[in-house]
Amino acid sequence: MSRPFDHVESSADSINQPKLGTGGYLRFFWRQLTSMRTAIILLLLLAIAAVPGSMWPQRSSDPNGVIQFFSQNPDLAPVLDKLQLFDVYTSVWFSAIYLLLFISLIGCVLPRTIHHLKSLRARPPRTPARFERLQAHLTAPLGEADAVQAIDAAQKILKRGGYRVERYDNEKSLSVSAERGYLRETGNLVFHTALIGVLITVGLGGGFGYTGQKVLAEGQSFANVKGNYDSFSPGRFFTDSDLAPFRLKLDGFSATYEENDLLSYGKPIDYTATLSTWEGSDSSESKPATIKVNEPLSIGGTNIYLLGNGYAPTVTVRDGEGNVAYRASVPFLPQDANLTSTGVIRVPDAKPEQLAMIGFFYPTAASLPSGALTSIHPDLRNPVLTLRVFKGDLGLDSGIPQNVYALDPTGLTPVAGGDAAEPAIELTPGQSAELPGGLGTITFESAVPGANESDWTGSVPRFASLDIHHDPAQGWVLAFVLIAIAGLLASLFVPRRRVWVRVSLSKKAAEIEYAALARGEDPRLEAALEEFASRHASELKA
Amino acid sequence: MTISFDTFALIAIYSAMSVYAIAFVFFAMDLAKRSAEAGESAEEVAVSARQQQGVIATLERTVRQTEAPPTRRLERTGMALTAIAWILHVAGAVLRGLADGHVPWSNMFEFSMISSGIIVGVFLFIQFWQDLRFLGTYVAGFTLVVLGVGTVLFYVPVAPLPPALQSYWLVIHVFLATLATAFFGVGAGLSLIQLLQTSREAGRLKSWKFLATMQDSAKLENLAYRVIVVGFVLWSFTLIAGAIWAERAWGRFWGWDTKEVWTFIIWVLFAGYIHARATRGWRGTRSAWLALVGMGAVAFNYTIVNLFFKGLHTYSGL
Ligand code: HEM
Repeated sequence: MSRPFDHVESSADSINQPKLGTGGYLRFFWRQLTSMRTAIILLLLLAIAAVPGSMWPQRSSDPNGVIQFFSQNPDLAPVLDKLQLFDVYTSVWFSAIYLLLFISLIGCVLPRTIHHLKSLRARPPRTPARFERLQAHLTAPLGEADAVQAIDAAQKILKRGGYRVERYDNEKSLSVSAERGYLRETGNLVFHTALIGVLITVGLGGGFGYTGQKVLAEGQSFANVKGNYDSFSPGRFFTDSDLAPFRLKLDGFSATYEENDLLSYGKPIDYTATLSTWEGSDSSESKPATIKVNEPLSIGGTNIYLLGNGYAPTVTVRDGEGNVAYRASVPFLPQDANLTSTGVIRVPDAKPEQLAMIGFFYPTAASLPSGALTSIHPDLRNPVLTLRVFKGDLGLDSGIPQNVYALDPTGLTPVAGGDAAEPAIELTPGQSAELPGGLGTITFESAVPGANESDWTGSVPRFASLDIHHDPAQGWVLAFVLIAIAGLLASLFVPRRRVWVRVSLSKKAAEIEYAALARGEDPRLEAALEEFASRHASELKA
Repeated sequence: MTISFDTFALIAIYSAMSVYAIAFVFFAMDLAKRSAEAGESAEEVAVSARQQQGVIATLERTVRQTEAPPTRRLERTGMALTAIAWILHVAGAVLRGLADGHVPWSNMFEFSMISSGIIVGVFLFIQFWQDLRFLGTYVAGFTLVVLGVGTVLFYVPVAPLPPALQSYWLVIHVFLATLATAFFGVGAGLSLIQLLQTSREAGRLKSWKFLATMQDSAKLENLAYRVIVVGFVLWSFTLIAGAIWAERAWGRFWGWDTKEVWTFIIWVLFAGYIHARATRGWRGTRSAWLALVGMGAVAFNYTIVNLFFKGLHTYSGL
């Protein structure tokens, strides 16, 4: 069997020198690192090292999962964390493996490139003396043609076929030596080099880009300034001036659910956010835009994605003194497919006492046998908002950051619902209720005045949760990936072969000898040689 | 209307499974018969192989095979039944697609149906280029398992595509993945037989006489390589298409989501395979084992990861 590639492998024999100075050891180490064996081991190690990242939640892709894991496994989690098992892909050990692999790669590609550049300029090798030893060989009668004619014709056909040709004539025989498929090795080198390009551009892209999240209720606006984000993670080299100036307003959000097929009744089939957008810092004219789940909006070199949605009930709170202490559309986090949702309302401005509420929203409320409510459809068919109300110091001045979606009621006094004497407040859009003890009133505003049991459509605003990303290197990554793929295809499927044709001058019974040698994988070698021989024969006859 | 298309699809799939089962029996009987035949002649070949140089022995056997190409009636019946089963299989997939109103590869039941269908398709069409009929037992058995598990355990009724899957990248990415899986599957079959054949050539596995009627391990290795390399290229495209889709849907082309991790692992394993095959000391048995490990990762990714690992790809439909 032929060697599958013509790379000079650093085999053990060449390292058998007895005396090794520092330089010798370095060279020894470098040879080991850049040997194919090491490359295989490192590749396998890389595959194994990637596995734990799929078994434990990762901070990069699932930060809440990590928090949850810590609270569920308080003993195990810190140990895993020490081993960087929640940050596998940025861990010391994972990085070490891929960096070694890429150093090995560079050490492999450089000498090969030099070797290849030389062979690109070299002449096809001398015609071997004995064809019988070669992988494919055959003979054909010379027939009418003379030797010179035959070899000239062969040379022409080979040249046309993309072979590089060289004549090796002497007094005993005329022959042509030909080689093709240098693209195979070129492709291999391009492929490996482009992988380095991918690694570098991915690294740079993460450094210069940023990602952020923003939740917008229908009717709300957003200007692309750092302080406006709900969460924001910049790359290492990010500066505020990288934020493209633009503004958005969420005009509407529509969700469509399956109506006809009973088996999947109520499953979502479309989400569309409609927006007005303003690009540039001083534009006053707005442009309409839509965002869907698989159709992000591109604005100012920044992409905006629709990642989630839900309801944002509008609530007005009048305090005990009759003043409007709170009025907002509060995003409620969906808990299930039918959008049973929970949210938190904090009213620090209420007087005489600060108020806080934990709310549940049911777009289509129904009672469970236990008496508790649940939602049985994600659309607004029977919207109900229930609120547990607390009073007391909300601690907003303490400086401890608070989760806008959660409320820890310790230290607060229940007023309605839960442990309180009064039941939880239950409202439909447009309804108001008195808070117990003269603390004020609360109104669940209807976005559509007059909406009622016959049609609640649009009565509760929806929110869209948007991811805003900027990755300046993305195009480069794609470019390198495509180059790599092109190189891969060439290196796997372009056959590299040598062909020789010889006519002996000494023999009386003249015949043409053909031979071919594959360099690398070449399943069609024999067939190709036969085709060539028959083309040659027919051209000689013509 | 929709429901009845789906019902017909299931009928077609169950029929296909029955015919595959019968085909499997015929292929298995063919192997048994090969063993019986080889019992008479293989011994001498094996002996001469050890006495003379391997090359000559190989030549002898090739000559013997070409002199009297045995008419393998059982095998031919198996092939015909496989083709019939495949037509039923394809009909089932088309009917399911009609019932869905979109491409029928959006949940695990449908992936099982499509990927096993493509495996058989690849197996049947490779015959025009290379005689792989001796893989019939493996392919029919493999398909029966994948299709059976998929239909019995993973079946879900027709459902509309959730917004997350409404993208032409679903068509491209998932189709490429199933196609690649089919090539890896056929390649793994060849590597498996290669390993058995290597054992037999080393004088072990004497009782597995049917191996004597198959290609030698070097040929099997070349075949496996060619098939797996096509799978590798398809898997590279799967990875890229997945990254582009992830960029469209989630705003980043790579985030080490569970499925992305496993796509990467599989890709790296097969890159390892390709390197192994090009390396002295790794070529042959070790690289064949790597091909099997790679296919194992594909199967693991498809079953365990889909069902039990947490991630953004929640499309099992279960
Ligand atoms: C990032 C790590 C690497 C990846 C993903 C990778 C991937 C690949 C792939 C897919 C191939 C097959 C396509 C082709 O023939 O060009 C290949 C071939 C090859 N690689 Fe790598 N490689 C890596 C690192 C290395 C290293 C470190 C070396 C050197 C020690 C190396 C040397 C080779 C050689 C010599 C071939 C040609 C094999 C043949 O002709 O069949 N690669 N590599």
